[in-house]
Amino acid sequence: MDERELRGLIEDVKVGKLSRRGFVGIMTAVGLTAPMATQLLALSGVAHAQPKSGYKPTKRGGGGALKVLWWQGPTLLNPHFAVGTKDQDGSRVFYEPLAGWDADGNLVPFLAESVPNLEDGTLAKDGMSATWKLKKDVQWHDGKPFTADDCIFNWEYARDPATASVTIASYKDVEVEKVDSHTIKVKFKKPTPFWADAFVGARGMQIPKHLFEDYRGGKSREAPTNLKPVGTGAYKFVDFKPGDLVRGELNPNYHESNKPYFDSIEMKGGGDAISAARAVLQTGEYDFAWNMQVEDVILKRLEEGGKGRVLVTPGGNIEHIQLNNTDPWTEVDGERSSIKTKHPSLSDPAVRQAMALLVDRKSVEDHIYGRTGIATANFLNNPERFRSKTTKFEFNIEKANQILEAAGWKKGSDGIRAKDGTKLKFVYQTSINAPRQKTQAIVKQACQKAGIDIEIKSVTASVFFSSDVANPDTYTKFYTDIQMYTTTMTQPDPELFMNQFTSWEVATKENKWQGRNITRWRNEEYDKLFRAAQGELDPVKRASMFIKMNELVVNNQVVIPVVYRPAVQAVSQKLHADISGWDNNTWNLRDWYRDA
Amino acid sequence: MSHYLLRRLLIAIPSLIGISIVLFTILALAPGDPFEELATNPAVPPEVRTALRAKFGLDDPVHVRYLRWASAMLQGDWGFSFVSRVDADRLILQRLPATLFVIGSAQILALLVALPVGIYAATRPYSIFDQIANTLAFIGFSLPTFFTGLLFILLFSIYLDWLPFVYTEVNETGWRWWWGHLRQAIMPITVLGLFQGASMTRYVRSAVLDVIRLDYVTTARSKGLAERIVIGKHVVRNALIPVVTLVALQMPAVFGGAIVTEQIFRIPGIGSLLISSILANDTPVIMAVTFVFACLVILFNLIADVLYGWLDPRISYR
Repeated sequence: MDERELRGLIEDVKVGKLSRRGFVGIMTAVGLTAPMATQLLALSGVAHAQPKSGYKPTKRGGGGALKVLWWQGPTLLNPHFAVGTKDQDGSRVFYEPLAGWDADGNLVPFLAESVPNLEDGTLAKDGMSATWKLKKDVQWHDGKPFTADDCIFNWEYARDPATASVTIASYKDVEVEKVDSHTIKVKFKKPTPFWADAFVGARGMQIPKHLFEDYRGGKSREAPTNLKPVGTGAYKFVDFKPGDLVRGELNPNYHESNKPYFDSIEMKGGGDAISAARAVLQTGEYDFAWNMQVEDVILKRLEEGGKGRVLVTPGGNIEHIQLNNTDPWTEVDGERSSIKTKHPSLSDPAVRQAMALLVDRKSVEDHIYGRTGIATANFLNNPERFRSKTTKFEFNIEKANQILEAAGWKKGSDGIRAKDGTKLKFVYQTSINAPRQKTQAIVKQACQKAGIDIEIKSVTASVFFSSDVANPDTYTKFYTDIQMYTTTMTQPDPELFMNQFTSWEVATKENKWQGRNITRWRNEEYDKLFRAAQGELDPVKRASMFIKMNELVVNNQVVIPVVYRPAVQAVSQKLHADISGWDNNTWNLRDWYRDA
Repeated sequence: MSHYLLRRLLIAIPSLIGISIVLFTILALAPGDPFEELATNPAVPPEVRTALRAKFGLDDPVHVRYLRWASAMLQGDWGFSFVSRVDADRLILQRLPATLFVIGSAQILALLVALPVGIYAATRPYSIFDQIANTLAFIGFSLPTFFTGLLFILLFSIYLDWLPFVYTEVNETGWRWWWGHLRQAIMPITVLGLFQGASMTRYVRSAVLDVIRLDYVTTARSKGLAERIVIGKHVVRNALIPVVTLVALQMPAVFGGAIVTEQIFRIPGIGSLLISSILANDTPVIMAVTFVFACLVILFNLIADVLYGWLDPRISYR
C-alpha cells in the first residue's frame, strides 16, 4: 500500500464511504497499531471520534464491592516505577493520565478537558507541539487541586535519569511548558507525527507534585507516597500489601458525575491463572480475573458453569518465529551469532520461504490456542500482493518441497536435504510453556516432511527472557537457528516497534546483547526508510513508510508470525468491564458497573 | 543448663553464617534478572535497566554483594526488595500474621486429632478402630498438601459451593468478620492440620504402646486404679515426652508445607511471598525469607533439645 492509496482511504473515511473502524482494521492488517491509525485520521482533519461510554448507572456508588483477581498481584504503586503491566494496572486504580486509549485506538480524555486537535489549534500544524487543556475541577484524593504544575512536575520527575523511571523514554525528548494554570504545551524537538505519548495511557499517569516534590532523583525510592498513592482516580487508596492486595474505596469527589458505581474495589494477587479462572467462571467468588493464560479447552469447560464469560480483546501481541541471519555455530571474537558471519542455509531466501510455508498456523490455532491465539494472515499477506487472491496464509508442504528442490537443496540418503555439504538441520528454541512446546512439535513434523531436520530446545522462561550476559540461552543472544516467543506491540507508535529491524540495533557482544534487533537482519533499504520516517512530518507519508518497512520484513521472512495473542480476561456474567488492548486493563475502571 | 544454652547459641552462629553463604551463592548462580520484564519491553530504554542494576549493586561480584548483605544484616537491615522497593523486613512482617495464624491453628487441629486417636488406638492395639486409624493415618501423610488442597477446593468450593477458596481480607465487622475468617480458613487449616495430624497420630500411638506395656503400668493397674487414671496420669504423661520433642522438631517442616498450601489458597503469608519473590528473582526478599526459615529450624531444634531435658530429668546437659 503506498501513500496515494492511503490518502484515498482517509478520504473515504472523510466522506463516509469507509467507517473509522474499517479504516483502523485495514491499518492494523498492514502492520500499524490502532492508535497510530486514529492519529492518522486526526492529523488528516477527520475529527476524533467521541467514544460513547456505555455507562448506565445514574448515581454514584451503591454497587457494593468490586472484587478482581490479578494472579500476579501489583508489587508497587508508583506508575513511574511500574515494572510490569500488573503494576501499571494497580497504579491505574488510583492514578489517571491526561487521556487513555480505548479498544478502537481512540483517545479518551481523563484529566484533559479535550484531546488536542487541529480544528481548534491545540495541535500544531507543523507537528512541533501539542497543547493540553486540563480539566478545572479535578482534585487529588487529599483535596488539593490538580493543576498544570503537577504535569510539569511529572515531566521533570520522569526525565531525570537519577530517578531511573521506566517512563523516561516518553518524557526525555520533549519540553513541557506551562501556559496557564490549566494548560500545558508539549514541545517536540523535531516534527512529531505521533504526539500522544507523554501524558497519555500507561506511561501518562500523573502523580501529585505536593507529595513527591521532595523525593526526586536518587531519593525517589524513599517517598512514602510510593506505597500509599494519592491520585485523582475514581477510587481512593485504602490498603496495599505488595504482591497480595490492593484495596480502594469510592472517591466521593471524582471529577465525573455518577461515577464510579462500586463502593469499594479489592484487587487480590497470588495463586495461578487456572484457579483464578475458576473463581470467576465457576464459583463466581470474584467479578474479574486478569490475563487468563489457560488453554482454551479448559476455559470453555469452566464457562459452562454460566457464572462468567471469557473476554477476548485484540491487542498487538504476536507469537512469532525468528530465523537467524547469522551463524550460531561459529564463534567470532568470543560471540556466536556474530554479524561477521552468515547463516550457512537460512541466508538462502528459498529456505526462508520454505520455512514460512511449513508453519501450520491453522492447526496451531485450532489445536493449541483456540480463542487465545488467532492464526494471522497479518504481516504475511500484505494487501498489495495478495489482494486478488485469498487472504489466507499458506501452509503447503508440497510447495515448500518444490521451492527447496528448485533452489538446489536435494534430499540425501537420510531424507534430509543438503546443498554443497550443508545440511538443513536447525535447532529451534523457545521458552518452556505448554502451548509453545506443542507448536514446536507441529512445526517439526511439517519440516520433517520437507526434508528439514529440526532439533527442539526449550529453555526456562526466567533464563530465556533474562538479560544475563553470562548465559548462552537468552533470547537476545539467539545462539540457535530458529527461536519463537511473543513480542508486544502495545506501544501505540510503531516507530519503537519497527526499530527492532534496523542495523544499528543488532544485539552484539559489544552492546551486551541489549540491542533490539535479535534476528540480526540488516537491510540498507529498510534503514533508509526508517530514518526517513523518523523525520517525516506528513503523517500519511510516514504511515506509508512504515507499511513499506513492514513489507520488507514480511517479504524477506525476517520473522514468521504464528498467532496473534489477544488479551484474555474472565468476567462475571453481570459485570460490564471496558477493556482495551492499547492501554492498561484498569484504564477505564470508572466505567465498570454491574447489572442489578 | 545456662552453659548448655549458651554453647548451643554460639554453635548456631557458624551454622547461620554457613547457611547464608550457601543460600547467597546459589541465588547468585541461579539465572534470572529482577528487571527481566523491562528487558522485553521496547518502550523502556536499556539504560534504565542498567541504571537500576547499578543502583541496586547487581553488577558487583558475588563476594562483594555477600559482604554488603552480611554487614547490613548485622546492623539489622534485612535488605530492600528490588521489585516492590520496600524493606524486606516490612514485607515479612506484613505477611507473618497470616502464616502464624494458619500454622498455629493447623498445629492445634493436628494435636486435637492425634492425641485422642493415637492414645485410644494404642490402648486397643489391632482392634478395628486401630486398623482404621492406622490406614487413615497412612493415607493422610502419604498425600501431599498440594494434592489434598486441590481436592478440597474441587469438592467444597466447586461441587458443593460451601466454602470460598480465595483467602483474603474480610471487610465485615462483629460476628460476620469472625464467620468470614473461619469460612476461608477452614480448608487450608484442615489440609495442613490433617497432614500433620496423620504422622503425629502414628508417633503418639507408638509412644503410648511403648509405655503401656511397662511394669509400672501393670503395678498401677493392680493397685486398682481406674483405667482413666492409669492412662491419663501414668501412661500418657510419660509417653508424650518424645512426642513433644517431635512436635517441636517438625515445626520447620510445617512451615515448608505451608508454602505450598499458601500458594494454593492465596494466603498472604511468608510462604507465598517466598514463591513470588523466587519467580521475580527478588534476591533480597528470598534471602530474608529463607533466612527466617533457617533461624526457625535452628531455634526449634534448640527448643526440642531443651524441652526434652526438661520433661525427662534423666537427660542431663553437659
